[in-house]
Amino acid sequence: MTRRDWRKLGPGAAKFATLATFVVLLAFPFYWMLIATFKQNIDLYTVENNPFKFNLPPTLDHLKLLFFETRYVRWLGNTALVGVIVVIITLLLAVPAAYSLARLTGRWGQRMGIAIFLTYLIPPTLLFIPLSRVVAVLGLQDTIWSVVLVYPSFTVPFSIWLLMGFFKSIPKELEDAAMVDGLTRFGAFVKLVIPISTSGILTVVIFTFTLVTQEFVYALTFISPESQQMVGVGIPIFLVRGDVYFWGSLMAACLITSVPIALLYNVFLDRFIAGFTVGAVK
Amino acid sequence: MFFPAAAYIVLLIGGPLVLAVMYAFSDARIGNPGFHYVGLENFRSILQSPSFRAALRNSVVFTVVAQIIVIVCSTMLSIALEKPFQGRKFTRFLILLPWVAPISLGAIGWKWILDSIYSVITWVLIWLHVYKPYGAPMWLGEPKLAMASVILVHCWRLIPFSTVIMLAGLTAIPKDIPEAAAIDGAGFWRILFRINIPMMAPIISVAVLFGTIFTFTDMTVVYILTAGGPFDSTQTLPSLAFATGIQGSDLAAGAAMSLFLIPVLVLIAYFMLRAAHRAEVT
Amino acid sequence: MAVVETRNLTKVFKQGDLGAVNNVNIETREGEFLVLLGPSGSGKTTLLRMIAGLETPTTGEIRIGGEVVNERSPRERGIAMVFQSYALYPHLSVYENIAFPLKAQKIPKNQHKQKVEWAAGLLGIQSLLQRKPRQLSGGERQRVALARAIVREPRVFLLDEPLSNLDAKLRASAREELEQFHDRIKTTTIYVTHDQVEAMALGDRIVVLHKGEVRQIGTPEEVYDQPADTFVATFLGSPPMNLLEFPDIIVGFRPESLVPEGVVPGAAQVKLRFRVNYVEYLGAEHVLYGSLEGGNFESKEIVARLSWTMPTGYKAGGVYDFAIAQIDLRFFDRKTEKRTQPRPFTWQ
Repeated sequence: MTRRDWRKLGPGAAKFATLATFVVLLAFPFYWMLIATFKQNIDLYTVENNPFKFNLPPTLDHLKLLFFETRYVRWLGNTALVGVIVVIITLLLAVPAAYSLARLTGRWGQRMGIAIFLTYLIPPTLLFIPLSRVVAVLGLQDTIWSVVLVYPSFTVPFSIWLLMGFFKSIPKELEDAAMVDGLTRFGAFVKLVIPISTSGILTVVIFTFTLVTQEFVYALTFISPESQQMVGVGIPIFLVRGDVYFWGSLMAACLITSVPIALLYNVFLDRFIAGFTVGAVK
Repeated sequence: MFFPAAAYIVLLIGGPLVLAVMYAFSDARIGNPGFHYVGLENFRSILQSPSFRAALRNSVVFTVVAQIIVIVCSTMLSIALEKPFQGRKFTRFLILLPWVAPISLGAIGWKWILDSIYSVITWVLIWLHVYKPYGAPMWLGEPKLAMASVILVHCWRLIPFSTVIMLAGLTAIPKDIPEAAAIDGAGFWRILFRINIPMMAPIISVAVLFGTIFTFTDMTVVYILTAGGPFDSTQTLPSLAFATGIQGSDLAAGAAMSLFLIPVLVLIAYFMLRAAHRAEVT
Repeated sequence: MAVVETRNLTKVFKQGDLGAVNNVNIETREGEFLVLLGPSGSGKTTLLRMIAGLETPTTGEIRIGGEVVNERSPRERGIAMVFQSYALYPHLSVYENIAFPLKAQKIPKNQHKQKVEWAAGLLGIQSLLQRKPRQLSGGERQRVALARAIVREPRVFLLDEPLSNLDAKLRASAREELEQFHDRIKTTTIYVTHDQVEAMALGDRIVVLHKGEVRQIGTPEEVYDQPADTFVATFLGSPPMNLLEFPDIIVGFRPESLVPEGVVPGAAQVKLRFRVNYVEYLGAEHVLYGSLEGGNFESKEIVARLSWTMPTGYKAGGVYDFAIAQIDLRFFDRKTEKRTQPRPFTWQ
């Protein structure tokens, strides 16, 4: 090989080593979850057994327990329902807001955009105590409606921010042309801007939904009964009966819940990055 | 069109924020939530509490250490991922898993991986003869190791997120510039450290700032992994606030604790705005 | 200072596709300003990047100063390059930009200041040394890019359309600065452009490229006056050469050769009737768009270009007697489109 080929090999090998190391470190817990889902309890709890393979034949027992003897399916249903409703609320609030902010020229538009961004910095772990009182006073304690009310508080600022960047990239001339052609500004918004922005809106839908599924603090604080709980809280709290951890079913639940969300995320990732860097850097 | 969203944000973020402050100055408890002004009493008592001081210290230490590790790792990883290669999409999917999986579920996975008896890490270390059987340390049971474990899980979650942001920053560098540097005589490392990384500085700061928020305000990882133990060694501000305010029913003290998040958040907001402004100018 | 040579240089990006650069053979002369001219997609930038070492050739050789450099990385070739976007390092000051190649080549630090100031002096940017690129105008950025290129005293300069990002007014003065710069440093320079006016103004010789192949190499006079084929004939000159297609030859004449009868010097001339459809007044000249009247090429569109010294008064709709001097006609073979011997012909 020539001198140049040798030098080319160095960075390439280093890159491969880096990638391999990180992929293993980051993804192996999921591989582990996958195996644990199907391992018999005896296999799992025998310390000497090699954890990376099936020392005894795989079993569906954990899955059966998860689906038939716990409220897992109910939690999935609760979370899905809450997700859908929160997405709708978020869209109703965020789309018009983002549009008005994007079209608001001058310093105020920028200032409001920054203000929105800043509200995103106020974390649930700060607001959960007062919000627990608000929820109790409104009588929504222990129902899924408590979180339906509260979740938009973090989905809306984020969505406004994402959509603002999106709307800003639509040239104003398009709407001006529509208004010259006879539409009102609102008509132009509904008939022109929204159809063009379907991919941005879709991105917001996906991310709002995934944000809902990931949430923990509010669901833990506001909802106690098992039947009303979300999946992110139900799994760690209720799959532990007393001191006994049903690890096999726990791992199954984690895996089954995580993977579809991950797939959805992956598909929309590039758009997320575009919106993110445009929004963050503007 | 902005009004509904603005109203919602004011009511569900602004309002509770004010409430939190009010609670911190009151003696409210879950069973007895009236407002009786008690001045700085709550602050005085929590500042004297060793749990609180430990939580405050831990919050800072965990966040800083985690960010350093995350930035170094994600820089390496983003460079390895920059050029297209066979299977890059799938690799990216695997790398993203820790971030997109709900926090609580990833934490549960790690709880099992770090279990004192059945840990897969323990098994590997025993297999490598680093420890004797049953001689491995308790990853979540010894204070220093528990702290390291919490930091580890945070890093595990954040590296995918930071990598994605860094990648966006890396690909935003115009192709000309590293080529010009190559022609000027710079080798791989010089281009990396003198050209690429400095040009990514705004994006890197965005990644750091978001990562800091996510670590500093998180209570889920601690709650699930260690519940703050052993002996408060892994307690952080948010997790202690939860333990005190909701589990301990002392709303006022919990609110006071969570208010300590604010100074750091304000600092972060300031730096984010500066970074965004700088990025806009270049 | 060195001679750049390419032998049978070819670059194919996708297997089976036509090459971006096909079998190109060029040899620069020492110290000359060689222009690679062609429309977009002609391969000129790919050719330049291969010489720079930023693309690897599929086949063929590149030699600089007599040595084969195919295997060498860009930094080992002793070249300097100015990119279309100038590629200034945005986070470094002008001084640091210019000093960067010196640092990269591990030139001792105590020599940096002197060399940077020498390069900055050559381009008149000493006052800008502490500024950042974003604070500079387009013309200033070009000068910084040139200073950064010259500071290492390279053997060859490569420039990739450096004027195309400047607005029209600036382009002329920036072009003049480039010419003066080359006169001063006399380093072999290869310059890529799609603008034929730029090419004619700047080049000692021009390489005309089309679809990855060399169509002609020659001085500006040679490629303009003695084009090797119809592509070169129509690419250089604006408005382009008028072409009349006969069964076996193509006859061409430039708009400035089509003049009112009586203006043509000498007896050997071709007369024709010119119906004017549209007149453009451009100050120093009139451009007449029209068509041939009568004969085999009735209604064929042609263009005439009259300098301000010629008779005026031509109006749209009028038909006038025009002529072309025989020596101004160019003949091309119909099939190969290449230049061929003059031949008698009739078009009446």
